[in-house]
Amino acid sequence: MSSHTGKFGEYGGQYVPEALMPAIEELDDAYERYVLENEDGFMDDFRERLADFGGRPTPLQKAHRLSDRYDRDVYLKREDLLHGGAHKLNNALGQVLLAKYMGKDRIIAETGAGQHGTATAMACAHLGMPCEVYMGRRDINRQRPNVFRMRLNGAAITPVTVGRGTLKEAISETMRDWATNVEDTHYVIGSVVGPHPFPSMVRDFQRVISEEAREQMIEKAGRLPDSVLTCAGGGSNTMGLFAEFVPDEDVDLYAVEAGGSSLEVDEAEGVAPNSATLSTGTEGVLHGSRTRVLQDRDGQIMESHSVSSGLDYAGVGPELADLVDRGRVTAVNVADDPALEGFHRLSQLEGIIPALESAHAVAYVEENHEDLGEVILLNISGRGDKDLETVLEETHDRDIENAPEMETFAETGGF
Amino acid sequence: MSRISDAFADGPAFVPYLAAGDPNYEASLSYVEALERGGADIIELGLPFSEPIAEGPTIQSAIVRSLEGGMTPPRFFEFVADLDVDVPLVCMTYYNLIYQFGEGTERGPEAFVRRAAEVGIEGFVVPDLPAEEAAPLREACDAHDCELVFIVAPTTKGERLERIMSQVSGYVYVQARLGTTGARTDLSDRTEESLARIAEWDVPKAVGFGISSGDHAQRVIEAGADGVIVGSALVDIIAQGVERGDPPVTVANRLESKARELKQGALRGAPPSNEQPHPERT
Repeated sequence: MSSHTGKFGEYGGQYVPEALMPAIEELDDAYERYVLENEDGFMDDFRERLADFGGRPTPLQKAHRLSDRYDRDVYLKREDLLHGGAHKLNNALGQVLLAKYMGKDRIIAETGAGQHGTATAMACAHLGMPCEVYMGRRDINRQRPNVFRMRLNGAAITPVTVGRGTLKEAISETMRDWATNVEDTHYVIGSVVGPHPFPSMVRDFQRVISEEAREQMIEKAGRLPDSVLTCAGGGSNTMGLFAEFVPDEDVDLYAVEAGGSSLEVDEAEGVAPNSATLSTGTEGVLHGSRTRVLQDRDGQIMESHSVSSGLDYAGVGPELADLVDRGRVTAVNVADDPALEGFHRLSQLEGIIPALESAHAVAYVEENHEDLGEVILLNISGRGDKDLETVLEETHDRDIENAPEMETFAETGGF
Repeated sequence: MSRISDAFADGPAFVPYLAAGDPNYEASLSYVEALERGGADIIELGLPFSEPIAEGPTIQSAIVRSLEGGMTPPRFFEFVADLDVDVPLVCMTYYNLIYQFGEGTERGPEAFVRRAAEVGIEGFVVPDLPAEEAAPLREACDAHDCELVFIVAPTTKGERLERIMSQVSGYVYVQARLGTTGARTDLSDRTEESLARIAEWDVPKAVGFGISSGDHAQRVIEAGADGVIVGSALVDIIAQGVERGDPPVTVANRLESKARELKQGALRGAPPSNEQPHPERT
């Protein structure tokens, strides 16, 4: 890991407007002092809040019925049980607290599925910071419960209508706000993307997932897992889950991306009907860092697609891209339909309704368990409450085999 | 001296910006040419990128129109070659397009700058490329006698100023205010402060971000700038034309007269000089 240079092989760096560079240098300095060196007891404060406010540690649960189905041991890291219902709070709380230590007095954030926005709004309410969240118009429509939750926690929501109105556009818009108000505002980036130090810093706030999971595996299974899997959009839960396992060469790491409806791209329309950046993207520069991106041959960024808005992003964290290039992490992908099946399977077999993001990883295990060894660790990055309307609509439209009867709900127009 | 630095030699320079291909190829050619008639000394041509994080809504919309009209990097270079103007041209774009340009092992800044220089581009402004990451583009510019213009923001201080000073050529783009591009009705009072910080630099200082009238241009030059950069106020004229369905010739005339207003404003702001009586353009 090279957190001090901000480079991961050829990836990483700082590609941002000059107006932001001083703020990024200031943040880098704060990251080194507070996060890496625990100045003023910052990390102790952070960990205490994660425990008391966040509900950490989250459990590692043996999934008995999945284990029986696949005839191997499947363990679930239950990030869905973190306060707010997803791993996102680890990072949001870390960054809002850091902003407070830095003396900033306003927080901005962008959100795709709404989980990061929700986590940031919660952290801001907890720490008494004003918060504005940029969200694509299309995502606002897809994720109404999260929009309401953000409002309840006192955040202002600003709809982004340019482009297709998803995460990519929301990030650009938040960067513009930051460039205007950089002197008193901190931008809480929601994933391990963006200019250095964000990819390293967000990984370090999310690292708690693998610190706990590694210890819990040894405690519960008496050994490390053969394979560790989780979904990958921007890659924050992915890097959080992998970080402590990277040195364990015998543990296989799988980043499961959203294969959407197809891995083919429509260059003429500038649309990739997937969000499988690690599997199909090429090296480029997006939102402040050099990484793998979905782009056309000229370098224009493509619109991505996934049934899960949290994975719907044309870029990915530079460190994760490097780990894939080096062969340490295997990038795989799962299409929308099997992801929906995975959603229903975990709901039915384990009584856990997973986020559609996490359902991609669940689905990968269904198809490939024979190649994943005897002990499998699967991260449930978030819970699926936010996705119920999407699942209702998509399941109804697509005829998903293992889905329950949805007709009654579909006819009454949802919930 | 390059033609770009020469443009600042005879009094304040007026440096307009347009997104190439906005709203379409043919009209855009005539709009750029109109700017020269109106008194442009250097023209910044935007090569549109899908994620223009440094731009405000006006230029972002221009970029969307241009992309929807089919603008691509190869097409941009044809556009530049088709232009009938004598003033030096600067390409303003984002790094990913530079990074992706070309074929196979030839891809990247060298291929991009070589092609740009062939069609007559003499300088570059890349708003998402800070001095720290600029070495490959700097080398390519040196190899093809092109200038690399850097932006100095109101937040740029201390060591960062030194770092930029060691890299900048052609002119320095002084960002008059924080935020993104966009025409404003007021003028930032941070302009003088920004100019004072780089007063010793041996390179012309052109101020941009928010200048929308001849009066603004005059005040920026009075504050000590060597030139004014104007984008959104001109792009607004194109947007208005699109909205009202005006014929391109009408829009071109409006652009020419707005350019003249800005150039005259800049000239009014220049200190009186015996050798350089204000040339009156008509």
